[in-house]
Amino acid sequence: MSTVIDAAGIRRLTQELLAARPPATTGRADFLKARFDAGLAWVHYPVGLGGLDAPRSLQPVVDAELAAAGAPDNDPRRIGIGLGMAAPTILGYGTEEQKQRFLRPLWTGDEVWCQLFSEPGAGSDLAALGTRAVRDGEDWVVDGQKVWTSSAHVARWAILIARTDPDVPKHRGISYFICDMTDPGVEVRPLRQITGEAEFNEVFLTGVRIPDSRRLGPVGDGWKVAQTTLMNERVSIGGARIPREGGMIGTVAKTWREQPELRTHDLHQRLLTLWVEAEVARLTGERLRQQLVAGQPGPEGSGMKLAFARLNQEISGLEVELLGDEGMLYGDWTMRRPEIVDFTGRDAGYRYLRSKGNSIEGGTSEVLLNIVAERVLRLPVEPRNDKDVAWKDLAR
Amino acid sequence: MTVQTEAAQAPDLLYSEAEEDLRSAVRALLADRADAPTVIAGIESDTPYDLRLWESLAVGIGAAGLLVPEKLGGQGATHREAAVVLEELGRSVAPAPYLTSAVVATEILLALGADGGPAAGLLGELASGSKVAVLALPFSTPPADAGAAMAGTLERTVSAVAEAVTADVLLVPTADGLYAVETAGDGVAVQPLVPLDLTRPLATVTLTGATGTLLADAGPAAEAVGRGLLAGAGLLASEQLGLAEWCLTETVRHTRERHQFNRPVGSFQSLKHRMAQLWLEVVSARAAARNAADALATGSPDAPLAVAVAQAYCSGAAVHAAEECVQLHGGIGMTWEHPAHLYLKRAKADSIAYGTAGRHREAVAALVDLPAP
Repeated sequence: MSTVIDAAGIRRLTQELLAARPPATTGRADFLKARFDAGLAWVHYPVGLGGLDAPRSLQPVVDAELAAAGAPDNDPRRIGIGLGMAAPTILGYGTEEQKQRFLRPLWTGDEVWCQLFSEPGAGSDLAALGTRAVRDGEDWVVDGQKVWTSSAHVARWAILIARTDPDVPKHRGISYFICDMTDPGVEVRPLRQITGEAEFNEVFLTGVRIPDSRRLGPVGDGWKVAQTTLMNERVSIGGARIPREGGMIGTVAKTWREQPELRTHDLHQRLLTLWVEAEVARLTGERLRQQLVAGQPGPEGSGMKLAFARLNQEISGLEVELLGDEGMLYGDWTMRRPEIVDFTGRDAGYRYLRSKGNSIEGGTSEVLLNIVAERVLRLPVEPRNDKDVAWKDLAR
Repeated sequence: MTVQTEAAQAPDLLYSEAEEDLRSAVRALLADRADAPTVIAGIESDTPYDLRLWESLAVGIGAAGLLVPEKLGGQGATHREAAVVLEELGRSVAPAPYLTSAVVATEILLALGADGGPAAGLLGELASGSKVAVLALPFSTPPADAGAAMAGTLERTVSAVAEAVTADVLLVPTADGLYAVETAGDGVAVQPLVPLDLTRPLATVTLTGATGTLLADAGPAAEAVGRGLLAGAGLLASEQLGLAEWCLTETVRHTRERHQFNRPVGSFQSLKHRMAQLWLEVVSARAAARNAADALATGSPDAPLAVAVAQAYCSGAAVHAAEECVQLHGGIGMTWEHPAHLYLKRAKADSIAYGTAGRHREAVAALVDLPAP
């Protein structure tokens, strides 16, 4: 354990970094590397891995000081999967060598990550996945198909789960790997979606060789490792701190104020109801954050994603109606492959269509409701017939 | 990492240790004196509430004086602590004139200033639990109607006044100002009504030739009544939160134990999803109610919006929880002996108290500039 560090200490270290590398005369990449090496990247990470073993609640102190000094940031939106999912998993299960190799370029954004989890036959039932990894000397040979992979077309690395033992029940025969997206046998194909864009990809893995040194956690224990990833995914999806009228409700409220000719009594009632619900969701997220800072993490995180999915869908639906004639138009159906996932950009039609994914991606609302019911409320689990059957004997 | 700066006065949405201690004391008292069979037996008796319970809560625990400064005979606490008391009262639906007297009437008297005078004297009596005072307006009156309520004279009839039957003093708004009128005095008639919510008595108050003490002129009185109703609406959200939480907890407990089709009914996904949804509403209601309590406690300029948001949300959440509680209990939920009906009746009446959700949404519309067509 390191010595206890407080807000004043963190502020002093931040000022030392700014003095040593003035943002005005330092390149973006150099500054970000120096910030990582000073332990100011994610202060709650260990010393030597971009952190100071400090309380997570001190990170805003660093961020505020750096923003005030005009320092570059690492574009967390672009590197979201790496930051939110790969990093905590590597930190939790990686070898010392893996942590040293991967965390720094991940945090600086030099290396973008994607997540090779879902498959055409294994979405909500993720543990049913069929992508195989077969041991061959010091390597694993991987064959299979993944889907819904955002950022795969720009990613350098992927977190991957694959089946290493088909003869045991499905949760027990999975292992967790780090996959090099530039290796032979990795093919990324755009998957055009409801919005017209190809934000996601299909990834085909054919005879991809992954060295055993890039396995995360023990062989056959990949499901447990994946739980760390998935828990962090749900927290990061609903966890962004937003101001009042942040998110989709702000766009609709602005339109309402600026275009009085669009107002109807019915839309007014619905708008007010949704405004109140969006504000309450914002407060619920704020309370969750305060609990985390106070060291009383609650189970509310899984609920926040449910709330935001429903709200985004209802608000964006209302927005299309509010716009009337304009609501029948769509900005651009040209297929594009954006680098980042964009929930609120572009026009109302895009927001309406994109929000339909909010209740599917990162765990469907139905699965999250089951998780809340069983893990928070301790209601009895659904009877299931797949727990003790070898994966190879399951119906497909 | 994204840039984050703490807002100067971010609301504190958690519970302090002192608040949790207060909760334990109130919960223990209510478990001892106001369990469900006791409440059910009490609602049809002649006494509107258990005097010993009220004395223990108001005097023993000192809950009646939470909002009142120590120099005026109170506990010198805040709306945050009073909100915790109301969460527990919501959880037990115990009859007690807490919201009406210890919150609304007390807040009005506090707003009138307490530098001696009749308002200060009455405030001390409310804080010590020796008297109960209620505002002589319909229980449905929202904060926005405080100004309009300053009308008429002491010759008047007011219907649906909550807890008037238990009150020693009525605070009566008139065009001249706010009067304190003793219920035991001449010319005061308090006629009990048959309420939907049997745990909160309603009455018609008729004043004919009554006399009272003028506490404040119409201008300051309207402001004070508005503040009282705002505190009432804001802390009612905490009562609704406690009520919703009880309904969810009992529904989960029942569906885990009740077997049909050779399974606990709580293992059926259609029911689990409904309870998970209720949990999300309770979690959200807690954030909204805490935000309102904290805004009132700190005198935040955000308080009117925080209260309107909390009322617009928590009313519906409580009714939804109580309705689901009845449905998911099946036949037993429809019986008189099971307490579920007490919660449904309280939740539905509460959804009208101090303004409906719709009235509070109108307040939101005005406060955040989202005008009607």
